[in-house]
Amino acid sequence: MTPTRGSRPPGAGRRGVHPLRLLGQGVLHASLLGIALVWLVPSLGLFITSWRPPEAIAASGWWTALGEPAFTTGNYDQVLTAQGFGRSFVNSLLITVPSTALPVMLAALAGYAFAWLRFRGRDVIFLVIIALLIIPLEATWVPVLRMFNNPVGYFGLTGVPVLGRLDLRLTASFAGIWLAHTAYGLPFAIFLLRNFFAGLPRELFESAKIDGASNLMIFRRIALPLSVPAIASLTIFQFMWVWNDLMNALIFLQDPAKRPLTVSIQALIGSYGAEWHLLAAGAFVTMSVPLVVFFALQRYFVRGITAGAIKG
Amino acid sequence: MSRRERTWTSWLYVLPALLLLALFLVLPTLQTIWLSLHGGTGFSPTEYVGLQNYVQLLSNDSFFLNLSKWPPSGAMVNSFLWLVLFTSGTVGLGLLIAILADRVRYESIVKAVIFVPMVISATATSVIFRFVYSPDPTIGVVNAVLTRLVPGLEPVPWLGRVNLVNLALIGAGIWIWTGLAMTVLSAAYKSLDREVLEAASVDGASPWQTFWRITLPMMAAPIGVVSITMVINGLKMLDLVLVMTQGGPRNASRTIAFSMFWEVFNNSRAGYGSAVAVILLVLVAPIVVFQVRRFRAEQAGR
Repeated sequence: MTPTRGSRPPGAGRRGVHPLRLLGQGVLHASLLGIALVWLVPSLGLFITSWRPPEAIAASGWWTALGEPAFTTGNYDQVLTAQGFGRSFVNSLLITVPSTALPVMLAALAGYAFAWLRFRGRDVIFLVIIALLIIPLEATWVPVLRMFNNPVGYFGLTGVPVLGRLDLRLTASFAGIWLAHTAYGLPFAIFLLRNFFAGLPRELFESAKIDGASNLMIFRRIALPLSVPAIASLTIFQFMWVWNDLMNALIFLQDPAKRPLTVSIQALIGSYGAEWHLLAAGAFVTMSVPLVVFFALQRYFVRGITAGAIKG
Repeated sequence: MSRRERTWTSWLYVLPALLLLALFLVLPTLQTIWLSLHGGTGFSPTEYVGLQNYVQLLSNDSFFLNLSKWPPSGAMVNSFLWLVLFTSGTVGLGLLIAILADRVRYESIVKAVIFVPMVISATATSVIFRFVYSPDPTIGVVNAVLTRLVPGLEPVPWLGRVNLVNLALIGAGIWIWTGLAMTVLSAAYKSLDREVLEAASVDGASPWQTFWRITLPMMAAPIGVVSITMVINGLKMLDLVLVMTQGGPRNASRTIAFSMFWEVFNNSRAGYGSAVAVILLVLVAPIVVFQVRRFRAEQAGR
């Protein structure tokens, strides 16, 4: 019961390896690996299924597939072309990129002002923004949709000569969902960036002021360059939320040709709920972008989350 | 003169953001409260009914709240189930994994595996769990394992049983959100004062005692923050339910947020659905007050 130094399990410590401790180590590793397995198996099953031909899926479980490998790219071909997921992929990008850039830019300006500029009501307004962080979006959908369906009427401008006859329905274009995602993302974005800006050393701003720099110059030359890590985290989060969003796209985008991937998946479940090969490939297409972003930029996730950044 | 000028230009930084917040969050929320006092079908109800929608929801809508039978059922009850099981599941498992993984060399791999579901859309997760829970012997891995372990067991349609569907959905929710709890709690655990923990173990405290008497009280604040996040997420649960079960079978898996969506966009009862949204709003309001207070206390301590 006295193993050599090299083979000592980690954490065995100075007191040598007590049998109970060894058992504890065994339980520790077994439970961790067990938990990891439970978390891994669902996605793994989807991934393997997405490469199997429909006949194989019907004949045997994916867990037997490694023993008798028969893989195909056919499911992906079918989903991307016949089911229009290629088009949806482009739509998802067209929705996500402006819906990410806009709130990050607006929030950087506002966050800087809330942290370092003085204006009346600043702190009260910021408290309201914290409250908005938690408000359920469900409480806004109906009025916002009414605004999108008929912006001229919503603002009571029907009587205005030219405006009254224009068709400005925002549900038929991407503009509506860009605005909605921007507005919905702002409370969290402002909250995160304001707190980051507020944490920068005061002397930086004061000495720049003394040197005669304007607020805009301080924002561009000092605050922005120093906050690149925070802005990077925020950009990634906002990108993921918008890319993964189903509800807002479902409600605010009523042109089927402009569907993002999430809505296409939902429609696929409705009409081909038992076509496992299509569902698996389709779901994996939507997952591909977030997975690549996550594995490439993992450290920004942890940094962003632990910076007190918890979205309500 | 220059000072006043500066104050005036400060508004330019916040104005675009404030305009959007007013237009998309503040005003619509107030309008929804107003709408909730109206009845009828269609998207722009005009008939004023006072509190009729609320009375109907809380006393006479068995899909929303049914207290006449035991056990009670309906969307309110299901949301309460979400709130309790989802919050304790994510926070409990997140804490467990954070502490266990701290002791092994492959910590970063385990944590990445647990976190991955956080970056996948709820829509994709719904597809994943339609596979996992399927009663089809070549699709559903849960049933494949169970039927092999328990001979003679018939495959269970987890999403098709009134008394199992909520637990199955909450399980999928926990699978998604545990990664977030784990990440926050792991960072908090690593920042604990190691000397206190070691002193306890030198003084002869068992790991179990150390955990309950020292580690847990020291982590009360981050656990509280994560729990609040999870309570909010649990209360707002919608997309997972919509994609996986559409509130079924026999409306057994409706949540409050799902009821709002369904009444407005499926049943065309905008006023009735708005009342559901207001109930949701009222339920999260205490959390809003709590968060604002917490922030003010933080600022005062700065």
